Formats: sequence, structure tokens, C-alpha cells
Amino acid sequence: MKVMAQVAMVMNLDKCIGCHTCSVTCKQAWTNRSGVEYAWFNNVETRPGQGYPRTYEDQEKWQGGWVLKNGKVRLRSGGRLKRLLQIFSNPNLPGLKDYYEPWTYDYDTLISAPLGDHTPVARPKSLITGKNMKIEWSSNWDDDLAGGPELAPKDPILVKIKDQVSDRVKLEFEQAFMFYLPRICEHCLNPSCVAACPSGAMYKRSEDGIVLVDQDACRGWRMCVSNCPYKKVYFNHNTGKAEKCTMCYPRIEVGLPTVCSETCVGRLRYLGIILYDVDAVSAAVSQENEQDLLEAQLDLMLDPSDPEVIAAAIRDGIPADWLEAAAKSPVYKLIKKYRVALPLHPEYRTMPMVWYVPPLSPIVDSLRETGNDAEDSKNLFGALNSLRIPVEYLAELFTAGDTEPVLRSLKTLAAMRSYMRDVNLGQDPKPEIPASVGMSEETLYEMYRLLAIAKYEDRYVIPKAHAESAQNLEEMGCSLDVAGGPGQFGQGPFGESSGRPIPVAIETFHGLKDRQTSEVLIPLSAMTMNLKSWSNGSND
Amino acid sequence: MTSREILLWVALPYFTIATFTTGLWWRYRYDKFGWTTRSSQVYEVNILRVASPLFHLGMLAVVGGHVLGLLIPETWTHALGISEGTYHLVAVSLGALSGLGTLLGISLLVYRRRMTQSVFVATTKNDKLMYVFLLSTIVLGLATTLVGSGIVGDAYNYRETVSPWFRSILLFNPKPELMAASLPSFQIHAVAGMLLFMLWPFTRLVHAFSAPIMYFFRPYIVYRSRGDHASGSRKPRRGWNSFT
Repeated sequence: MKVMAQVAMVMNLDKCIGCHTCSVTCKQAWTNRSGVEYAWFNNVETRPGQGYPRTYEDQEKWQGGWVLKNGKVRLRSGGRLKRLLQIFSNPNLPGLKDYYEPWTYDYDTLISAPLGDHTPVARPKSLITGKNMKIEWSSNWDDDLAGGPELAPKDPILVKIKDQVSDRVKLEFEQAFMFYLPRICEHCLNPSCVAACPSGAMYKRSEDGIVLVDQDACRGWRMCVSNCPYKKVYFNHNTGKAEKCTMCYPRIEVGLPTVCSETCVGRLRYLGIILYDVDAVSAAVSQENEQDLLEAQLDLMLDPSDPEVIAAAIRDGIPADWLEAAAKSPVYKLIKKYRVALPLHPEYRTMPMVWYVPPLSPIVDSLRETGNDAEDSKNLFGALNSLRIPVEYLAELFTAGDTEPVLRSLKTLAAMRSYMRDVNLGQDPKPEIPASVGMSEETLYEMYRLLAIAKYEDRYVIPKAHAESAQNLEEMGCSLDVAGGPGQFGQGPFGESSGRPIPVAIETFHGLKDRQTSEVLIPLSAMTMNLKSWSNGSND
Repeated sequence: MTSREILLWVALPYFTIATFTTGLWWRYRYDKFGWTTRSSQVYEVNILRVASPLFHLGMLAVVGGHVLGLLIPETWTHALGISEGTYHLVAVSLGALSGLGTLLGISLLVYRRRMTQSVFVATTKNDKLMYVFLLSTIVLGLATTLVGSGIVGDAYNYRETVSPWFRSILLFNPKPELMAASLPSFQIHAVAGMLLFMLWPFTRLVHAFSAPIMYFFRPYIVYRSRGDHASGSRKPRRGWNSFT
């Protein structure tokens, strides 16, 4: 057993209102540059829907992820030799049109047009060709089921279910069921993008499991883009390099949640540490039956309170405060303790580490519309059993088609709702409700606190990166950049923004934070003079 | 030996080698971020699907042909019992085939670059300059095959002049008189080639040197520590010892 730590996320889909705040703040933070105009490291798609890029889940077409062949996993797109023969033209690479052609508007016309009979119009201009263009698609063209009857049936999951059940049920489903699916990079335990990179530029960080692209080593072969089944690696067409969601590692390293989590108005994202056994990953991904992959991945995740695990983790160099964070991890609780969170497409065999609490609300809503008491546990359980199609759809998303774990998760959520209704209305709580889903009243209440109250410090339990290892961070650069050292930085000859850049590191972060929150005015030069010993706005 | 011969067949080759090697080193040292294929596949794929493999595989064959023709002495192939006639036939036919494939490939690529608006917009001045030198070297190279083959004029055995001259440069024992005695078509192609190699480190052509051979030998999943100073990371600058 070799214990490794992984920063993981859980999203509670019941709370997502599809406001796209996460997407917008992520874009402002990471992809507001030319070359990645079309890239959304975080996107929110309406389900049923085609997703972004269009129909990315159709792996027959895009050839992403892993498959099992003769008992061993291999990349669906083929072996190493085949991949290298395809570097001159990658047959599985989505074109810009599969995402969308980014554009801007010719705003200048509005103020510079000569006086005329007609109001001037700002025409859309392609950011790719610079020419006028017709806007025909975007990252969210089918938002809120827009273009429903025409676009939604092309949802790869609907197509799959359609093969199994009749059209009639499919239509019914479209009317009854809609939810939002926010997506970021899954930071998989068995990342197919990393495996496909010919240059070895992509890597998984051994400290926190974040998957990154080394921009200096990437040579633009584009194999990561096509081999990621979630299509969450993007090709920057300006720099010719791959880029992807970084799990906001500069924020995570100082103990802050990612930008998408921080700005989520629904407070539906949870961040925490998962300990897992890296030696067992290859066996876990090689399950014969796709539906066993979920259980195999759960088995990989180690119990942070188990003394054996703790001993092994200490042996493998996991710091004590990380172990503490792992024990408090909200992600571990939702995934393994309450068993309400599920992975997105485990059948891709990448062992994704962004999990989802499936949405119960659409079922409650449709139940309410029929005039029933939608929060009565018996009614809800009955509805779950009768609304087969939404459950089957969710099962295709989260459990490779196995409805049992989805039902279990939804029933747990339903039990929480009806149990807490009694508590909140001052009625006698019914212990048989938690018992019906195999939980104690205490555990159910604990889960309610985490899911419904969702305090900031409960949602995000992120241990800081270690100062002793942070010394090695690239940004630290010269060890002489300290007070009195020859490389001392600070104000340059031409004011605050001149001279050498201040390194983005933990001390700088805390120094700046102190400066921003201090009552007294602290000159930047004082801060940089004394970064290492900076405390509480004082320079002494 | 005239000074022009020395300039062209001694000075220029060594200057090319110097520029090429130091240029590549400099680029790798200071511009790893710019070291990429800068693929335009996301813009357009229909022409690229055919043209790019045609050009690249053709080019690999052409490079292989040059290695055989320039580096392997005539005496070696004779020793293997391959007659000049047989060698010439094989070299000219395979050379012409791969050369034509390369030319067709690059022509399609240039056409695509010009006619597809998105690809054209993404084309830099550097790219255009590079295309001029690359295309002319390929065309001139095909011309030498045509001239030397005996299809136009008499057949010419470049393995008695051009190849020994090439090896003499690499062995630091330059024999410019050999090259000076060869056909003008070979001379022009050689000069164009040298100019291309001088330009090489400063264009996108550097991606030829990142052919991902190591991919066959590494494990699928790469782990890297946050602290690793792996490729691309800046080492601390030289200076006084840290006092900590």
C-alpha cells in the first residue's frame, strides 16, 4: 500500500440553479486570453443536452478514456505506436466548431458610424477569422433545454437510453426532468490525458493529485485533448499548447477554495482531501464489469481514521495537518460515509475525482405537480421507484447504468428531506425514516448540516501546502530575494509596479492579505522588506 | 580554389553548423514555451488530414534518402555488391517518389494556409519566411533529382563530388574543390539548404527535434512533485550562498 493524497470535489446538483457564476469567474481568472477564448475550464451544461463540446460523451465518436481489452486497460484510441503515427493529423480531435467559434461585436461602429437614417448595429465579428460571422452555436446554446425537441434528443445519454426504452418514455422524461451539470477537470486517479501525452508534459502532482500541463514541455501534439473523455483539456490555438483546469492550485496551496467554489452562489461545492492507495489503482480500473468500477473506486479511498492507514500515510510522507484535513474532509463524508455522491462516468475507467450528489429536486417537483405531499418519505420513495427514466438517465451519467447506487443516494436525500421536515415543523421526528436508508438519526442530521447548512469551513477543508516544500516552488526563484539580500525586491526605480515582479508565493499572499485588511497604511516596500517575518501590519 | 569557392563550400557550411547548433541550444534554453508545433488542426482538418501526413512522412523519407546518399560512401555500397546503376535507379525512383509526395503535401498545406481564413490569420511573418525557404529547398532538391537522374541531360553521380564534400565538412577536412566541380543545380540546392538550416532554430521547424521517441519508454501515468525542478523550471540564479 502506498498512500497518496488527492484534492477532490463534490458538487451537490440539487442546489445548482444554472447561474453560470462559476463559469464566468473561472473564465475571468484563467481563460480570458486570446487563444483560449473558446475554452471554459468550468462549464455548466443543461441535462438532457448535448454538452460542451457537442456530444463529448459519445466515445464511439471521440475515442476518449480507457477500455478493457484482454483483461488489461488500454487507451480507447489505441496503443503508443498508433498514437505517434497520428501526431501529424489527430483523427479524434474536436474542431473549433465542435466547441464554438468565439466572437466579439464591432462596438466601434456604434459611435463612429456617420449620421444616417438607421441606427448603427454592432455586428458579430469572429475572433478566429476577424470577419463578420453568423452566430450558430456556443458553449451554452442549449441552456435550459433551448432548442429542446431539436437539440436535446442528440444527448448521447438519451440516445443510449432510447435504445433501451421506447420513444414515448423519452418524451415524457424531457417534460419531467431537467437539471444542471457543472463540470471541471476531474483530476482523475488514472488520467488518460496524461497517458496519451507523447511529450510527457502532463503530470499528476504527487502531493495533491492535481493534473497539470507543463507549458514548457508541451509540444502541441494534441493527444491529451482527444484522449480526455470529458474533453477538459483545451488547445490554445495561439500558443500551440494544451491548457486545462488547474484546480486553482495557487489558491489551493494557500488553503483557499478554487475560484468556482468560492464564487458559487448556491454553495454547492465541497473541497477536501481523499487518501487513496495508489498501488491499487491499476487493479481497480481493470474491473471486468463497468458497473463494478464505482465500488472499486470507493475501495481505493482509504479511511482517514483507520490507524493502519494513518501509519502508512505517515510512512509515505503525508504531513500531519493533511491527515487531519483528510479526517475532516467533507468530500470523504459525502462519497464514502453517507454514500450520496457519485462519480461522473466511471465507465471511462479514469477514476474521476469530482463527484456529484444527484438531484432529487426535479423528482420532488414533479411529485408536487401531481398534487401529492412531495416531502412525505413514502410518497418520495414511491416516486423514485416509479420515475424510472430520470433514475436511468442519472445512472448512465454516474454509475455506468446501474440504478441501484443512484436510487440509494436519492432515497438517502429523500429521507433527509422528510426527516428534517418533521424536525423543522416541531413534529416528532421519525427514527424509522433514517433507519429505512440504514442511517442513524445523528448521521442523518450531520449530513443535513453539511448539505443544507453548508458552512464555509465545513464545505472547504483544504490544508495549506507546506512551507518547507514551498521553498522549492518555481516562483520562489532566488533564495536571495529576502531583506538585505542582493536580490531584494520591492519598489523598482519607477514606482510600485516597476522592477522585478513580486513572486506569487505563500509569504507574499499573506503579506498582501495583511496589508489589505490592516487598519494602518503599510507601504508595499515595508511589506516586501520583511516578508518572512511579517505579522499583523507591523514592521518590527 | 577561388575565394568564392572557399566562402561557399567552407565558410558557409561551418557558419551554418554554428548557427544551427547554437541557435537550437539558445532556443531550447530560453524559449521552451515557444517550442511547439503550433498546430492549426482545430481550424481546419479536411485538407490537413491528407496533406500533413503526406508532407511529414514524405519528408522523413527524404531525410532518410539524404542520410543514405550523403553519409554512406560509394565504396561501401559497392562492397555490398550494389552497382552504381542499381543504386542510381533505386535512389532516383524512391527519391523522386518521396520528393513529389513531400512537394504535393506542402503545396496543399500552403494552399490551405492561404485559402482558409482562420489558418491565414494565424500565420506569422516568421512562418511565411520559413515557407519560402522550405518550399524553395524542396523544389530545388527535386530539380537536382531530375537533372542528376538522366531524365534531363546526362545522369550525374553526385556520390563522387557532393557526398565526399559533405563528409569532408563533418570530418573537419573540407574539400571545397569537390563541390565546386559538381553541377550548378546541386550547388544551388546546397546553398538553399544551408540557408534553411540557418533559419531553422528561429522558426516553428524546431518541433522536428521534439519527435516524442521517449513516449515508448515511459510509464503511462506521470507523477511529478511540486518541488521537482523538471524540464522548464527555472533554477535559482547563481549568487552568494544563502545564509539560511
